[in-house]
Amino acid sequence: MDIFIQQILNGLVLGSIYALIALGYTMVYGIMGLINFAHGEVVMFGAMVCITVVSTLTHSGVNLPGWAIVLIGTLVAIPACALLGFVIERVAYRPLRGAQRLAPLITAIGLSITLQQVAILIWGRNYIPFPDLLNSDTVSIMGASITKLQVMIVVLCVVLMTGLLVIVEKTKLGRAMRATSQNPSVAGLMGVNVNTIISATFMLGSALGAIAGVMVATNYSQAHYYMGFMIGLKAFTAAVLGGIGNLGGAVAGGILLGIIESLGAGYIGQLTGGFLGSNYQDIFAFMVLILVLIFRPSGLLGEKMADRA
Amino acid sequence: MSLLEVKNLQVAYGGIQAVKGIDFHIDQGELVTLIGANGAGKTTTLKTLIGMVKPSGGSITYDGKLNGTIPSYDYVRHGLVMVPEGRGIFSKLTVEENLQMGAYYRNDKAAIQSEIERVYELFPRLKERFKQLAGTLSGGEQQMVAMGRAMLSKPKLLLLDEPSMGLAPIIVEKIFEIIQMIAKEGVTMLLVEQNAKLALEVSQRGYVMESGRITMGGPARELLDDERVRNAYLGE
Ligand SMILES: Nc1ncnc2c1ncn2[C@@H]1O[C@H](COP(=O)(O)OP(=O)(O)OP(=O)(O)O)[C@@H](O)[C@H]1O
Ligand SMILES: [Mg+2]
Repeated sequence: MDIFIQQILNGLVLGSIYALIALGYTMVYGIMGLINFAHGEVVMFGAMVCITVVSTLTHSGVNLPGWAIVLIGTLVAIPACALLGFVIERVAYRPLRGAQRLAPLITAIGLSITLQQVAILIWGRNYIPFPDLLNSDTVSIMGASITKLQVMIVVLCVVLMTGLLVIVEKTKLGRAMRATSQNPSVAGLMGVNVNTIISATFMLGSALGAIAGVMVATNYSQAHYYMGFMIGLKAFTAAVLGGIGNLGGAVAGGILLGIIESLGAGYIGQLTGGFLGSNYQDIFAFMVLILVLIFRPSGLLGEKMADRA
Repeated sequence: MSLLEVKNLQVAYGGIQAVKGIDFHIDQGELVTLIGANGAGKTTTLKTLIGMVKPSGGSITYDGKLNGTIPSYDYVRHGLVMVPEGRGIFSKLTVEENLQMGAYYRNDKAAIQSEIERVYELFPRLKERFKQLAGTLSGGEQQMVAMGRAMLSKPKLLLLDEPSMGLAPIIVEKIFEIIQMIAKEGVTMLLVEQNAKLALEVSQRGYVMESGRITMGGPARELLDDERVRNAYLGE
């Protein structure tokens, strides 16, 4: 039983990070029907920028508490990633607007590789450790333990996701985003500059991605130029699982996937008689992806594809 | 001077010439109808006026300024508003949010709210359903949303593309009442209609479009009496 609760907790932490990243995929898909496969790399850049700032500050010997240093790093990573998201859309996707679906997809994959190479040029190929600045005390919940940092991660994810939902549902910008996603040409008739809305969507998603990147880096105490690939793919799976284009779906899909994966990792040894270890946890995410694509391609909360065409 | 002056306008989709050099004008305060068979190029003409489609030749002068010099999403700020064919409502926004979208470019919150209330007075059925997703409304109610949304945009020149399409006679009557009411308030209008009789009856002038060309034009009364129009468009 202990391991069950422990894995649920781990899954919750992992899942809320997936959810935060999945929102970036799903927002962009919702507004322009495009899978921005480079989003994982935006997450990686967020982690890298934060680590760079944090390491620089630590080595310069400033007299600040650890959390303040991490906060500063995050506050630099957010606009950096928002800018990156803006540039990605302008340079890579906007010229392809109206092109056949395959062209932006190939571009996205190319972009993703390019960004990894840029990261190698800047940060090298090695794992970069995240300085040990944050309180790693644990709290125990029903016999399972979780670090205070992880509690923070979950709480922050909930706050950010709520904030995003409020923006999308209650503000004029959000209304314009939803209108644009349903019918860009009519939104244009109302005075909506569709390009501005698309840019804003990329920037919002990338800002959330930056924070997710910091969370991953702090949670695993490291970052790496290739980290965006796997986490991006998982978050994409989460978005598909929830129903791509649907914000609530991305959140539900992310948390569900995190829990499935953690439980899978916890029990895979038992399930396979010790043949596979918890290092195989990744297969669960992709099994989920394949099953969803076969049996319910519109996702748990998604609507029929015909609605979007 | 006319509010809208169109000279030798041509529009092509790829190789297909949809509008083949048309001239017409609309004066301030007029209600003008454009009739024509399916595929004549009426929708294309409206879309070109509002910047959704680029002309391949000719000129459009609105309010003394040559169109094409501002981005199309800015047309609404100059009072050029269209209710598109098929209504173009945002089906997953609520009725109220659709109306608010009409006022997207405006910032006068209090005035917007009171104008929304006014739309609800004109269309009580929308008031009852203001929180409902617009996609779940009936066709007639959706047309009411589209008209109300256009009113929120404070048009100077309102382009209406087949507002009566697919609606029951009683709803058509209601929509035409609103059209006349908007006209009385001084809004200039260009109305595209299949329901030629009704449209010409409320208009001052009309044009007839046939396969990309304007073949007739004049006072609505004269068109109503014209034998060719009666045969081709009034089903007599
Ligand atoms: N996006 C498009 N691409 C190619 N051809 C088009 C496009 N839109 C319209 N056309 C063609 O242009 C011509 C005029 O179409 P348009 O929609 O303007 O006609 P209409 O007078 O509004 O007809 P209806 O009464 O059926 O609405 C038609 O032959 C149509 O097939
Ligand atoms: Mg038409």
